[in-house]
Amino acid sequence: MGAQVSDIVTETGNGTEAPATTRMNMIQAINSAMDVVMARDPDVIVMGEDVGYFGGVFRATAGLQSKYGKTRVFDTPITEIGIIGVAIGMGAYGLRPVPEIQFADYIYPALDQLVSEAARLRYRSAGEFTAPITVRSPYGGGIFGGQTHSQSPEGIFTHVSGIKTVIPATPYDAKGLLIAAIEDNDPVLFLEPKRIYNGPFNGHWDKPAENWSKHPGGEVPTGHYTVPLGQAKVVRAGEALTVLCYGTMVHVCERAVAEAGVDAEIVDLRTLIPLDIDAIEASVKKTGRCMIVHEATRTGGFGAELSALVQERCFYHLEAPIERVTGFDTPYPHSLEWAYFPGPVRIAQALKKIMKD
Amino acid sequence: MASEHPRANLPPLTLHVPEPRFRPGDAADFVAVEVPPAGAAPRPDSAAEPRGMSELAYSLVRVLDDDNRAVGPWDPRLSPDALRRLLADMVRLRAFDERMFRAQRQGKTSFYMKATGEEAVAVAAAHALDRDDMCFPSYRQQGLLIARGYPLVDMMNQIYSNTADKLGGKQLPIMYSAKDFGFFSISGNLTTQYPQAVGWAMASAAKGDTRIAAVWCGEGSTAEGDFHSACTFASVYRAPVVMNIVNNQWAISSFSGFAGAEATTFAARAIGYGIAGLRVDGNDALAVYAATQWAAERARTNCGPTLIEHFTYRAEGHSTSDDPTQYRSAGEPTAWPLGDPIARLKAHLIQIGEWDEDRHAAQDKAIAEDVRAAQKAAEKNGILGHGLHQPLDSLFDGVFEEMPWHLREQRQMMLDEEAASGRPWARK
Ligand SMILES: Cc1ncc(C[n+]2csc(CCOP(=O)(O)OP(=O)(O)O)c2C)c(N)n1
Ligand SMILES: [Mg+2]
Repeated sequence: MGAQVSDIVTETGNGTEAPATTRMNMIQAINSAMDVVMARDPDVIVMGEDVGYFGGVFRATAGLQSKYGKTRVFDTPITEIGIIGVAIGMGAYGLRPVPEIQFADYIYPALDQLVSEAARLRYRSAGEFTAPITVRSPYGGGIFGGQTHSQSPEGIFTHVSGIKTVIPATPYDAKGLLIAAIEDNDPVLFLEPKRIYNGPFNGHWDKPAENWSKHPGGEVPTGHYTVPLGQAKVVRAGEALTVLCYGTMVHVCERAVAEAGVDAEIVDLRTLIPLDIDAIEASVKKTGRCMIVHEATRTGGFGAELSALVQERCFYHLEAPIERVTGFDTPYPHSLEWAYFPGPVRIAQALKKIMKD
Repeated sequence: MASEHPRANLPPLTLHVPEPRFRPGDAADFVAVEVPPAGAAPRPDSAAEPRGMSELAYSLVRVLDDDNRAVGPWDPRLSPDALRRLLADMVRLRAFDERMFRAQRQGKTSFYMKATGEEAVAVAAAHALDRDDMCFPSYRQQGLLIARGYPLVDMMNQIYSNTADKLGGKQLPIMYSAKDFGFFSISGNLTTQYPQAVGWAMASAAKGDTRIAAVWCGEGSTAEGDFHSACTFASVYRAPVVMNIVNNQWAISSFSGFAGAEATTFAARAIGYGIAGLRVDGNDALAVYAATQWAAERARTNCGPTLIEHFTYRAEGHSTSDDPTQYRSAGEPTAWPLGDPIARLKAHLIQIGEWDEDRHAAQDKAIAEDVRAAQKAAEKNGILGHGLHQPLDSLFDGVFEEMPWHLREQRQMMLDEEAASGRPWARK
């Protein structure tokens, strides 16, 4: 904990490290994670709609089929419940499947296999069977994808006991976390913030987009390393308040905090389940204020859980009510996308409010 | 872990993963596609039992022959006027697609999907159905709207998410909804419309109504569970519904083999469910018309559902986000053995002496002019690229019939946010 953005490259928690690094965007980092794990473990397989020859609609699996062959990297029929069910079956045999769901919005047809099966298999078979699968899926808005290419469904899965939920915010974390997820023996939902595939989007949609080439998180080891699941990262140390966020919102918060000139401590949660409660507690007890930011809808969102946890554990340290900045409780509208998106203005207003109290 | 078990002294198993015949760089041919002669498929009575017509799920209903004549028992015997209307709607659809594709490329909207090469599937079906039959389309049946006379300008307004967009900018371009035109709201999630269409049809039957439902999905989408649930319900309740599978050979980058086409036809899915199945030349507007008419007659006379596979080819990219040269042979579209649906119907009309090249060219010009005029009118209402056209607070309309307190509160939050931003987000 407590690392600055500048030493992110060397910070891998308890994980192993590989020395050689190169610049990668988040897609390349995700691709590299699968490549590295597949090279080490012949039981890792990649499957999903359009992931084979074509390499995925976002190109995340590009080149893997030609390298590892069609029995390890293959296209699937368009049935999400089939994809997850088959992955669970392959896992039961002993493989380590990495299924892709093309957009997180299309994960709903797979719910029964995820919720009733993957999440329960270890528990109901007394550990005889497990589901060591990692479900990758791009999520989130900001690309004018309309109602069904924009959603953030993490809260549905954090509510289910038995699924780990991971969301990276940089190429470095994406690769390290994905390797850790694939090597983990429990089912992991690995949600990829597609708005920051190509660069650390800071919420200013009307300004030119940045890419990863200048961001420290775009410097990625070429080999094997892990960012352990369950560890948050302080991306900006500060004293005035704690900002809990993940995914795209990490960058939006960093910018909003800089613009507001507030000495905020920004904590990138990285893993929602299991949550790094120690990091959260330590930070909030230090700052005495807590703001939670996510793009997903507000009611019953993961922010509600965070808010409850902070209230339960840090109540006597709090100097102001906890603030939640979220997407609205509506579907993601196409043309009003930027009115929906919890951008710099919404965050700035919340910052003002929480610092006033 | 996978290799812990000792291998028995038996031949090793192998995993079959389908592979299309051609990839980029290959010269494509379709010699493997069997094309039976036009007129060869028998036409059973529309009240016949499905059991006796299994062959139709494996053959190909074709009406237009190589000499552009309409032949055989499936010839719907349309009047020259009806044929010309059919042709005009297909031409209109193609012209519309061309223009809107270009509009997206010019940055006027975020997304578009064409139906190039598949025009007959939606247009001929719309001509064969009754105007008040209810359609549950996928995103590639804009031809239904065009054939039912939905104003082109309203389609464009939706594509531009502009001030006149009837869906208030809330939906992705081309995800139309047009209840007055018997056109159900299009979902971004594949095949959800399939059981919904069956439910609509069951309701119509339960109420003693006379209207039937029709539904479409792509061949790739038949893999979704919703497709199979729909077939089961349709079979159990003999729902008055025409279920269409548009087999255009590709589902984004995945060829039809990933939906099961190596093993059997899509029409043959019907056999297991005990419903009537037809496999039709989808680039033959008369075959599509005849099959739809037959299936509609069946549904209307309480003889139950029909599953129709339209065998066609997606001549262009999946959408404006797609580049098909990345995964399929560039030669495929021209090698497709069933030709172009517009060219074929045009040639038929010329063959029977009811059309000529000059009239066709004149019609092309007139339609292009109509489409251009519609585009001009639509752009007066704004284009997506030019900011937001909807009143900001409309974002919260339509979540519920009545807005609960938490949405009212969030709406206020958003309006405060806009005021604080100092930016005129909402252009009324
Ligand atoms: C539930 C769901 N899964 C995946 C997708 C992504 N997707 C959109 S279109 C498409 C291919 C569909 O192919 P097909 O059914 O053959 O229809 P076509 O595009 O050829 O008309 C896919 C995978 C989606 N929209 N919904
Ligand atoms: Mg298709």
